[in-house]
Amino acid sequence: MTGGVVEKDALKEFVRNLKAAPRRFVESALRTGAPVTDRARSRFVFGNVFLHVHSVRTHRWSLRWSTTLGLGILSVSAFLIALVTGVMLMFYYKPYPEAAYQSIKDIHYVVPTGRLIRNLHRWAANVMVVAVILHMARTFYTAAYRRPREYNWLIGIGLLVVTLGLSFTGYLLPWDQLAYWAITIGANIAQSPREVTDALGITEHFDPGGLLRLLLLGSDQVGAEALIRFYLLHVMLLPLVLAALMAVHFWRIRKDGGLVRPADAERRLARAGVEDSYPVFTEAPLKTYHLAAIVRGRTPAVGRGPENTVPSMPHLFYAELAVLMVTLFICLALSLVSNAPLKELANPNLPENPAKAPWYFLGVQEMVSFSAFMGGVGIPAIVLLGLALIPYLDRETEGTGEWCGGPGGRRLVGFAAAFGLSTAVLIEAVAIRFGWLREWFPHIPQLVITLVNPGTLLTLLYALFSLWAVRRYDSLRAGSLALFTCFLCGFLVLTVIGTYFRGPNWVFYWSPADWPGH
Amino acid sequence: MTRALQRSRSRLDPEAVPRRDWLGLTALWAAAGALLFGIIGMLRLPKAAVLASPSKRFRVALPETLAPGTPFVPPGRAVALFRDAQGGYGLSTVCTHLGCVVKPSADGFECPCHGSRFAADGTVRKGPAPRPLPWLKVSVSGGVWTIDEGTTVPQGTRVRA
Repeated sequence: MTGGVVEKDALKEFVRNLKAAPRRFVESALRTGAPVTDRARSRFVFGNVFLHVHSVRTHRWSLRWSTTLGLGILSVSAFLIALVTGVMLMFYYKPYPEAAYQSIKDIHYVVPTGRLIRNLHRWAANVMVVAVILHMARTFYTAAYRRPREYNWLIGIGLLVVTLGLSFTGYLLPWDQLAYWAITIGANIAQSPREVTDALGITEHFDPGGLLRLLLLGSDQVGAEALIRFYLLHVMLLPLVLAALMAVHFWRIRKDGGLVRPADAERRLARAGVEDSYPVFTEAPLKTYHLAAIVRGRTPAVGRGPENTVPSMPHLFYAELAVLMVTLFICLALSLVSNAPLKELANPNLPENPAKAPWYFLGVQEMVSFSAFMGGVGIPAIVLLGLALIPYLDRETEGTGEWCGGPGGRRLVGFAAAFGLSTAVLIEAVAIRFGWLREWFPHIPQLVITLVNPGTLLTLLYALFSLWAVRRYDSLRAGSLALFTCFLCGFLVLTVIGTYFRGPNWVFYWSPADWPGH
Repeated sequence: MTRALQRSRSRLDPEAVPRRDWLGLTALWAAAGALLFGIIGMLRLPKAAVLASPSKRFRVALPETLAPGTPFVPPGRAVALFRDAQGGYGLSTVCTHLGCVVKPSADGFECPCHGSRFAADGTVRKGPAPRPLPWLKVSVSGGVWTIDEGTTVPQGTRVRA
């Protein structure tokens, strides 16, 4: 008889447990319960493997719209979209010449939602490039690269390079005319140190350009080997490097004391009347908790006043989620409006005319149309080196965390923009109207053209202008502001000319409507 | 522990490296060295020893009616072949700037990618190309031309054709 009772109870328990299973599943997954108190909110963040890269509380200044414009999260969101859509494209893509082209064609015309996924992938990549460049500009103009964030600035430069590398390697994969000739040009830019070694007559003994091209293509021409290498870089090596760098980048944001803010941020927030209003999601705390530890050395927390913070959950996370949704909206809208291009199958004997790289490389391509080495390797290397040096040269503190902060400020930035734009337009206009050295002196040595061309002249002018700014304001920050603004403007002018005003044979046209038919 | 040991000795005594430390350090450096050499060895992998590209030599017959100074471009090849009173010769039509294939024009060649212009003998006339178009090794026997795209010859080298 007792056995029957037990059976009855066990059955009841079975039903009870079954009913409770969903609730218990949520409890066991979240562990901390609903994040309604500040303590539960803290545990919500540090008890979660994905969220705990954030700090538990976020400074109000970091949440201001104008602090970051959400550009960092925009970059990450675009990357996530590209990652998900990229993995989906891998279901059908085959990295072998012709088969690659056919598989992209299948994805575009046959695979269910294939076209949308491909468009999303392409637009997310473009949005990511724009976001990363703007994010870098934001970091620069708010002087956020300064101590203790120098190292993270370097990691950021690495992320920029890897982002461009990902875009570039992805450009070859469709194996159409556009892809084939853009990669031919790109691989030959990698080989362009030969322009110098040839002129010096030492290519036989020392040929870094040739080695670089061979490593990139795996052969002496763009073929199946090149395609599999670019595929490997695009889907495996570069994403891994990017993920590793991103992890360090995010980690260092926290370790370097969160987002940069001006020294008088608390006072400004108080002036704006933010202090009086308690965060919207939280009731006033009855108790506060404090985690204390004794650490050696200086940490970002040393010498800081009372924190003006709010719980990251939900304030920061909702903001991040909003940026993710905005990114998704932008990519989706662009994907519905504009299709990713697919030209004819690659033809190694007939270059696309004009053969244009993706738009963000057209500034480089414009410089390359004067000297392959300086435009494609020399000046980009100088720019990257200059960017890397900025935080180690500018050791000032004035204006940290403020837009265009520091000596000179907005006026200098405006002046530098005017100077940068006008000199770039002027030099390009001269080169387009009157040609360049070889047209004037047909027997001029190649080394002279390598050294003196619109790209190097612009670089020199910008450097001189920034030296003037250093002297005028007696500040290296002023020099950096001038230099960065000038290069940004130069990049803009060259990119616009390369994108909109260059037609067949790289001849200048006011509009694509004027291009000769062919 | 080591520090206490050192302090108890005279400073004139030779400093003894503790045996365990020495063994440990040696093992560490040996492991690091082995890894380094292994990695250096593996780095050679991406540099292809044999290039998987089609043969650089090919044969072609020129049309009988080819006018002197007019280029003949064999289908599917990036070379231009000429025949005139002094003999025959061939030029590579791969631009020396960034590797696009140049097109024959009225007075030579022009590159569609960055606007380099070359004279009919390959000399750079205009644009960013750093070197003239290379002349290729050509041999003619019995009306059939053999062109070796992998071997260049000095500008002006002609063969009897």
